[in-house]
Amino acid sequence: MSEKKMMLGNAALARGAWEAGVKVSSAYPGTPSTEISEELVKYPGVYAEWAPNEKVAAEVAIGASFAGVRSLACMKMVGLNVAADPVYSVSYIGADGGLVFVVADDPGLYSSQNEQDTRRVCRAAVVPCLEPADSQEAKDFMKYAYEISEKFDTPVIIRTTTRLAHSQCEVEICDRVEPEDKEYKRDPFKRVMMPGMAKKRHLVVEQRMKDMEEWACSQPFNKVEMGDMTIDGKKIGFITDGIPYQYVKEVCPNASILKLGMCNPLPRKMIEDFAKQVDVLYIFEELEPVIEEQVRAWGIDCIGKELFTIQGEYSANMIRERVLGMDLGIEPTPQIPPRPPILCPGCPHRATYSVLKKLKLHAAGDIGCYTLGALAPLAVVDTTVCMGSSISSLHGMEKAKGHDYIKNWVAVIGDSTFMHTGINSLINMYYNQSHGTVIILDNRTTGMTGHQDHPGTGKTLSGETVPAVHFPTLIKGIGIQNVKVVNPFDTEELTRVLKEETQKEELSVIIAQAPCALLKSEVHPYKVQPLPEKCVHCGACLQPGCPALTKNEDGSIRIDATMCNGCGLCMKMCRFGALEQVKA
Amino acid sequence: MTKNIMIVGVGGQGTLLTSRILGGVMENAGYEVKVSEVHGMAQRGGSVVTFVRYGKDVAEPIVEEGQADVLIAFERLEALRYANFLKKDGVLIVNDWRIDPISVVMGTAQYPENIIENLERTHTVYRINAMEEALRLGNSRVFNNIVLGMAAKHMEFDREDWLKVIEAKVPPKTVEINTKAFLVGYEK
Repeated sequence: MSEKKMMLGNAALARGAWEAGVKVSSAYPGTPSTEISEELVKYPGVYAEWAPNEKVAAEVAIGASFAGVRSLACMKMVGLNVAADPVYSVSYIGADGGLVFVVADDPGLYSSQNEQDTRRVCRAAVVPCLEPADSQEAKDFMKYAYEISEKFDTPVIIRTTTRLAHSQCEVEICDRVEPEDKEYKRDPFKRVMMPGMAKKRHLVVEQRMKDMEEWACSQPFNKVEMGDMTIDGKKIGFITDGIPYQYVKEVCPNASILKLGMCNPLPRKMIEDFAKQVDVLYIFEELEPVIEEQVRAWGIDCIGKELFTIQGEYSANMIRERVLGMDLGIEPTPQIPPRPPILCPGCPHRATYSVLKKLKLHAAGDIGCYTLGALAPLAVVDTTVCMGSSISSLHGMEKAKGHDYIKNWVAVIGDSTFMHTGINSLINMYYNQSHGTVIILDNRTTGMTGHQDHPGTGKTLSGETVPAVHFPTLIKGIGIQNVKVVNPFDTEELTRVLKEETQKEELSVIIAQAPCALLKSEVHPYKVQPLPEKCVHCGACLQPGCPALTKNEDGSIRIDATMCNGCGLCMKMCRFGALEQVKA
Repeated sequence: MTKNIMIVGVGGQGTLLTSRILGGVMENAGYEVKVSEVHGMAQRGGSVVTFVRYGKDVAEPIVEEGQADVLIAFERLEALRYANFLKKDGVLIVNDWRIDPISVVMGTAQYPENIIENLERTHTVYRINAMEEALRLGNSRVFNNIVLGMAAKHMEFDREDWLKVIEAKVPPKTVEINTKAFLVGYEK
């Protein structure tokens, strides 16, 4: 008897991988892909790990595939850029044990630095791409992906989006299959990518896509639903993929729909046949016009990005307004104060940033919770490009303008991001003789994605205790002499160290170490409360922008006891002793 | 007929748990259910929205402007921000509680006055100061189940349906206080 269960898209992907018999999985956390690994590790018979970055994760999965087992690597779309090197080459090599990469896009930018479309990369890397449209398909497509990978000797990418990853619906649960491990036979012409071998493999790769294109026309993941919906007497049809399919179904359940479960390669004959059966063809795809460009290149007339956006998430209302011409009479969103995300009460980054602000230092920023330091009231982070870029971009600034130019600059990077790609940049600073100051904001976890472990925490994805990478030893091992460990809540000490290190004619690393306030292991024995009789209403305590503090009408301070973690940073800002720490 | 519920609030207020309890009740009632959540950066004290849709056949997982039957707001400003998602005959359940966004704390923006009173002119509004009630129960964190209790009264499911799901979804040690909290809202 089959059982059904409500599942997040990400949980369904994990379930699918487990049911498909996956034995090895590696990933670096990244919204919206993180929960896949966190769910997968709960199943028996699977080795699942956090890798320091996506390139490592992809290579671990490739190695496991070489060894003949089904393997998986998961990442967000910008992580695929980090992993691009192995992914492009393993496309030539193919797969022994089934090899699948899950890549999660973020249309609408809920938690990302750009809005890139993974389907573009799939085409460029000549890797087949599957796109589920709900949790049930997420599970089913994972199983298809392994079959395709082994049938066509290719890695497969499953492309998801935030909305799929973080939506729940019912999923039918099945048992795990245990595919036999493939036997290893040495074959350097297939697995060693030197020019002579790669030239031949490139021919195989192109032929593989041609074969798949034809084959995909008759596969269950690409399906035609013929309907009779007309507008002004004309029969309308949609070609759509992933979550946008749901918006089409919501508004036009009777329209003709070609739902593509595989967007690379595109099933040419199927598309041509479908186009012939409708009078007006809409291409409804989020982000880039990937399907549309190909359809137009085949000489098929269609309506796409001239009507729908490249930017942002799609919606059913978009179809109601732009296809059906409905006036929805929606009230505009009121002009009210926005509520952007902020650093949490008790966050150690706030302490570091309040010192940087006082010293009027600029920060080359990086990717993590601490990117929020770009916003008022702290506003110390000036730049953020990608994982690891803080250190290397500071180096570039120094090489452009000399050391004096960056004496009022630092690079700030989190502990997990430092392990990800920051370490390479630091080695470059040492090797090429930079003098800048790097602050590692070491809160002992990967914060923004929801507390994942990394090589510096001493815990693995499965919860096992392991030796932790010791940052001071690692950094001194490079050869860097100036390494200071400071508790950022000791603002006086941090101030002193920063003043000293930024002026030195040497490279310095400051490890600002205090655990994330939200870590379950953290107990907060104190709270802070105001002493109204001493308060002069100067507002200095509000400057670090802690959300637990608010100003009353009369200018006095109110502290929300349910939010305060008692870190005491606000007390350090107060020169009048008008705040006191009490037992929580 | 598909019904659309939205839960809005400030990151960290527990909209995820509430949406999962709602989803659980509807699933038990035999409906097709879709729940859409927000994870990641937006959770850090920002404005957050989760959607729950249920019915015979549910396609899209989100609720759009002008479509919500029930809007559950854990904070007044967030109620105002998303009020245009309500249907004309939709119901707003609002926690009469204020959390200042950082621009208000820093004095660069004003927190709007009389939010609930103004919304009452155009919508059916039920309000409760759930934080006060929760503190009376001795645990501020259960305020969201008090708000949920009040919302539950305006929905089609029985009291026992809710209590069963709360028992299954909240941490075992907190079943009693969460049940109590739900009933405070339900019996208001």
